[in-house]
Amino acid sequence: MRYLPLSPSDRADMLEKIGVGHIDDLFEDVPRSALLKQHVGLPSHKSEMAVDRDFRAMAGKNIPAGSVPFFCGAGAYRHYVPSTVDHLIQRGEFLTAYTPYQPEISQGTLQALFEFQTQVAQITGMDVSNASMYDGSTACGEAVLMARRASRKKKAILSGNLHPHYIEVVRCATKFTNDTLVVNAVGNAFVDDLIDQIDDETSCVVVQNPDFFGNLQDYTKLAEALHARKALLVVVVTEVVSLGAVRSPGSMGADIVVCEGQSIGNGLAFGGPYVGLLATRQTFVRTMPGRVCGETVDADGKRGYVLTLSTREQHIRREKATSNICTNAGLCTLAFTIHMTLLGEKGFRHLAQLNHAKAVKLADKLAAVDGIEVINDSFFNEFTIALPKAAAAVIENLAQKQILGGVPLSRLYPHDPNMTNKILIAVTETVDDEDMDRLVSELKELIK
Amino acid sequence: MTTYYSKEHEWISIEGETGMVGITDYAQNALGDIVFIEVPEVGNEHDQGDEIAVVESVKAASEIYAPVGGEVTAVNESLENDPSIVNSLAETDGWFYKVTLSDMDELDDLMDAEAYAAFIADLN
Repeated sequence: MRYLPLSPSDRADMLEKIGVGHIDDLFEDVPRSALLKQHVGLPSHKSEMAVDRDFRAMAGKNIPAGSVPFFCGAGAYRHYVPSTVDHLIQRGEFLTAYTPYQPEISQGTLQALFEFQTQVAQITGMDVSNASMYDGSTACGEAVLMARRASRKKKAILSGNLHPHYIEVVRCATKFTNDTLVVNAVGNAFVDDLIDQIDDETSCVVVQNPDFFGNLQDYTKLAEALHARKALLVVVVTEVVSLGAVRSPGSMGADIVVCEGQSIGNGLAFGGPYVGLLATRQTFVRTMPGRVCGETVDADGKRGYVLTLSTREQHIRREKATSNICTNAGLCTLAFTIHMTLLGEKGFRHLAQLNHAKAVKLADKLAAVDGIEVINDSFFNEFTIALPKAAAAVIENLAQKQILGGVPLSRLYPHDPNMTNKILIAVTETVDDEDMDRLVSELKELIK
Repeated sequence: MTTYYSKEHEWISIEGETGMVGITDYAQNALGDIVFIEVPEVGNEHDQGDEIAVVESVKAASEIYAPVGGEVTAVNESLENDPSIVNSLAETDGWFYKVTLSDMDELDDLMDAEAYAAFIADLN
């Protein structure tokens, strides 16, 4: 395939063909206020060496997560990705392979996707997974839309302890779809309360486990109550490593499970690209969004892989497609699959146990400090602490001392006075005793 | 029992005020190998022309429109496990659903067997 740029006469021909006078006319739906009014101030040329120097100086202003004691989570987690992962995904066959719509030339990609889907179904305890979504938050939005299709009802109930960003994404995804959203107040993730809210209009209840503050719950009773009313349980998992130690959502009766897969194979990368997981029960497979890879045999009876159940997708069903997504997080998905393969089930469980053990260790050390309270009854590798003073300034001070001490909840709940003194702390296998001791001693000083 | 046909290639077999609905042999042939059929739910009330079912072949999803309005009283459960019956026996065992008609006059909008045969001959 040749990639040649368009000439001005090519452009003129195309504009004439579609009856448009000027290319700017094609952007008339963009609000005026969002349009760029002047050129971005980039020089028209600079030497590679100068560009390198400029960007290094810019990057040098950040404290990279990997180089300091780091305790930030809230939906993205610092884990160790073995060098094998990058080494393999950088291979040209993987790095530059395009969408596998032609199975005859895409068996490598398709086989990897099939392995990925198998891994996702296994760790979530579900029957089938798709080939990935953009990230956990958009997968959550898609799950709400999927629950509407599957239940033929329109009211989705969201737990108060669902990640606030995920709540915003669900709001956005349902803004023009006639779905009703019931968003519980933060703190209300109580199973009995959620059960009371279910009625005949309910399509689903969306919960997160561990929830945004780190708490773990058994949602089996909620699943049963929903099934009795022909509605679905959607369980969100933002820290996919937790599935190596926590009871799977599938075993609790979940109908749709969505996860942020970033923790496996993919670094923090300043927020993305990440990889969304979506898994469901066999009976809902035709309402599932996204690509699905299937195993089959070719004309000679040899095993092969193809994209399947294509009639759910836009290019076949158009307005009635299960989603407008027509891609998947290819390379991130591959990284996830390779890392997961290197871990294996034993390694994955061990990794999860290591995370939990370290989190417990730090929580115990913090709880022993006068003035610090660990709020959670239960947690996996992330928990909430309360300080005797405003937390944002404390976090800022810690950063000055080259410690990234966690996420102050006021950042995500700026109008909630209950959150001002609270910090969300994540502990992964990458945290060592020295990191923990530094955090504890600096915090002690700062809250005196 | 009398059978009527719609321009969208559905058939309905009437006995009294109840009918049995499916797609014609012409339709199944045009669709190719059928892999999945989404049938309405028992109790579904609909008008003539409403989308009532979806037939998926390997490459396409086609809507099926109700030839008459009414209430669905039964659906063909065997279509779930073996949708290929519609390919092999479209006008008998491959029926989709049974319906109690709301307005017998709507049958006047449909063709009889002879008219349908002429209709599809013209299409070819």
